[in-house]
Amino acid sequence: MPWVTRGIREGIVTSRYPRRPDGYGPNFRAAVTVRRDDETANGADGHLEELVVGCPTNAITVEGQHVRVDRGRCILCGRCVAARPDAFSFDPDVETATHRRELLVVPVRPDEDATLAVLREDLARRVRALKRSIYVRHVDCGSDGSEEWEIAALTNPIYDIQRLGVFFTASPRHADLLLVTGAGAASMRDPLERTYEAMPEPKVVVAVGTDAAGGGLFAGTYATAESVTGEIEVDVFVPGSPPSPFSIMHGILLAVGLLPARRDVPGGRP
Amino acid sequence: MIDEQGVEVAPEHFARAVARAADGRHRLAALFGVPDRDALRLVAVVAGAEQLSFVSSRLDPAVSSYPTVTALVPSADWYERQLHDLYGITADGHPDLDPLVLPRAAGTPAPRPGPGGTSAPLTRSTAPLPALVHGEGMFTIPYGPVRSGVFEAVEYVVETPGEDIPRVQTRVHYKHRGVDAAFCGRSVDDGVLVAERVEGVASVAHAIAYCSAVERIAGIEVPAPSELVRVLHAELERIANHLDSTIRHTEGAGQAVAFARLTLDKERVMRLRATLCGSRFGRGVVVPGGVSAPPPIGDGELLAQLDRLERDIRADLRLLMATPSMLDRLRGTGVLPLAVVRTHGALGPLGRGSGLTEDVRASRPYGAYRRLGFVPASRDDGDALARQLVRNDEIVSSFHLARQAIDELDRLASTGRATWSVAVEGASGEAVAWAEAPQGEVLYLVQLDVDGVVQVKSRSASFHNLALFTAAFPKDITTDFVFIEASFGLSIAGVAG
Repeated sequence: MPWVTRGIREGIVTSRYPRRPDGYGPNFRAAVTVRRDDETANGADGHLEELVVGCPTNAITVEGQHVRVDRGRCILCGRCVAARPDAFSFDPDVETATHRRELLVVPVRPDEDATLAVLREDLARRVRALKRSIYVRHVDCGSDGSEEWEIAALTNPIYDIQRLGVFFTASPRHADLLLVTGAGAASMRDPLERTYEAMPEPKVVVAVGTDAAGGGLFAGTYATAESVTGEIEVDVFVPGSPPSPFSIMHGILLAVGLLPARRDVPGGRP
Repeated sequence: MIDEQGVEVAPEHFARAVARAADGRHRLAALFGVPDRDALRLVAVVAGAEQLSFVSSRLDPAVSSYPTVTALVPSADWYERQLHDLYGITADGHPDLDPLVLPRAAGTPAPRPGPGGTSAPLTRSTAPLPALVHGEGMFTIPYGPVRSGVFEAVEYVVETPGEDIPRVQTRVHYKHRGVDAAFCGRSVDDGVLVAERVEGVASVAHAIAYCSAVERIAGIEVPAPSELVRVLHAELERIANHLDSTIRHTEGAGQAVAFARLTLDKERVMRLRATLCGSRFGRGVVVPGGVSAPPPIGDGELLAQLDRLERDIRADLRLLMATPSMLDRLRGTGVLPLAVVRTHGALGPLGRGSGLTEDVRASRPYGAYRRLGFVPASRDDGDALARQLVRNDEIVSSFHLARQAIDELDRLASTGRATWSVAVEGASGEAVAWAEAPQGEVLYLVQLDVDGVVQVKSRSASFHNLALFTAAFPKDITTDFVFIEASFGLSIAGVAG
C-alpha cells in the first residue's frame, strides 16, 4: 500500500516526445556540428588540417573548401570544439539518428538527398505492416556497457517507450526491430546472424552508438570488425558515445516510420 | 612509486614468490602480462592493508610456460587463463586453461596486445564449453550470449539437474574488443578516452585510475579543486551504478512501482551528471593533470538538486527495504562466506557484503579522499541482501562525499582563482594506480614514453569478481539466478576487455 502513494505522488513525469520536441538543455553534447555560419569553417584560413590530425577517431575530413564531421566515428570527446570553437560546436539536438551511414557525415552532401528519399520510401513500404506495435530485440556486439544502460532507460517513466507501442521482447521470433550495439566483436558475429535470421519479415535493424556505426576507438583492433555494418544490413544509425535515450528513441521511431515528417536528417536540411 | 616495493624473480620461482607475498593478510590484486620487446614481463600486484607490492618475472621470447600460480594462489585462475589467451603463455599445472577472453583456433598465434602486437583479425574457435558435472538427469542451460532482455553479451552455462545449480561456467569472450590494443600508440590525453570506455558504466573511476598513473609518472600534483571535482563525479557514478543493481532486483521480483520509482531516480542522477559536464556518464571531465572544467552550475543550485535527489532515493530505498516480497528474494540468496571472499580477495560491495572492510578510498586514499572523512560500509551476512544494504549505505555516503566536495570547492574558490589542470608533457616511465569504482577497486598499469602511451593494462573489479560467480550458487536454485547476478553488479565490458 505505501507504494501506491509513493508511485503517484509526483503525478505524470513522462516526456511528450516525439509530439513535442524534448532534450537536455543547451549544455548537452548530443553531437558535434560544423558551424556553417562561419566563413573560417570552410577552410579559409588553412589550419583545419591540424584538426584532422588531432581527432582521435579520424572523424574530421577536409575536402577542398568543405570541412565535414563523420558522426559515425565521432566519440564526442570535444577536442575539435575546444581547439576551434569557431569551426565546430556541440549540438544539443538529440534527434541525431539517420537512415544511411553516409548521412552521418555532416554537413550532409546535397547529392545524398535524392537517394535518401528513395531509401525512406523503401523502408516505409517494408515497415507498413508493423503499424503501432513494435517488438524490439537487442544484441550486444561489443559495447562498453553504457549503450545498454541508455536502451534500458527507455522503459523508465520519463521516456516510457511503451506508450508509443514499442515493447522489448526476449525472443527474436517475436521481434520486428533489432537494436545492435558495439564495435562488432568477432565472437558475436554468429550469434548476431542467428538472431537476425530468427526474426520474421518484415524486420528492421538499428545500429545504436558510434561504436556500432564506425567502431569508435576500438576500430582496427584484432578483435573487432570496425563496425557492425560489415556483418548485417543496417536501416537506421544512431550516433553517440553513447547516444542518449532520446536519440535512441528517435532512431527507433525513424526506423518504423512513426516520426513526424521532416525530422529525419541530422541538424535539419542542408 | 614511493611507498611501494617490488621484487623480480626467475620464472621458475615466480609462483612461490607470489604465494609468499599474497599470504593471509595480503591479496593477489592482479596479474598482468606486459610485453617488453619480444619478451613478456609478468607483474603480480599484491595488495596489503595500506599499500601495494609487486612481484615480477621476465619470460624470454623462447619461453612459453612457467609453473602455475593458481595451484598456490587460487585467485590467479582467471588471470592465467587471460595470459594464455592473449599472450600464448602457458601456466604449467593450471587446472583448466579453457579460453576465457579469446578463444583462439588451434595454431593461431596470440595477439600479444602491446607494442608490436598484431592488429590482424584472428581465427576463432567456436567449440562449445565441455560440461563439467556428470550424473543422471544433468543437463546444461546455455544462457546467452543473446539474453532475455537488454543485457551485455555473456554466456552462462548453467549445469543443473533441474533446480539446484552445482556449477555455472562463464564465457565472457563474446564481447572481447581488444581494449589493451586500443590504448597502444595514443597520446597521453587520448588514452583517457579509451580508459573511459573500458567499462563504460564506470567511466569516471577508470579515468581517475588511468590519470593517477600518468600523474605519478610525471611526478605532478593535481590542483586541489580538480581533485574535488573528480570526487563529485565519481560519487554520482557510484550512486547511478548502485541504483542500477537495485533496479535489476526490483525488475526480477516484479516490483513494478519500485522499478518505476528507482528508474526515475537513476534517470535524474544521469541528468544531473549531464548538466554538470554534457555527458550522462561523466565523460570528458577527468583529464591527465586535473579536470577539463568546473561544474557549470552554482553550488547553491547543485546542493539543492543533490538534497532533493537524496531525499527521494532514501525514501524509495527505505520503502523497498520494508517490502517483504523483495526481501524474501534477497535474504539467504547467493551466500558467499567470509572465508571465500577473503581467499579470493573479492572487491567492492561483493567483498564488503561478506564482512570485508577494504575500500581503497579509505585504505589507499587518493586525490581528495585523503582529506574527506569517509568510513567504508560493511555487512557480515554475505547474501544478496547484505550486498544491497552495503550499496544503500554507500549511496548515503556518496551523497555526503559529494556535498563535502562542493563545500570544499566553494571554500577554495573564495580564496582566489582556481587552476583546473596542470600540463603533463613528455613524461616517460611506468606506474600503477587505482580508484574505487562502484564495482570495486580498479587497477591501471600505465607505460609512457616521450611519444605518448606505450601500453596500458587495466584490471576492472568486474574481472576479478566475476570469477567468484559460480561460488555463489551452493544453496540456490535457477530462479535465484537473476538476483545473484544483479547483486554482483558487474559490467561484462570490463571483464571481456
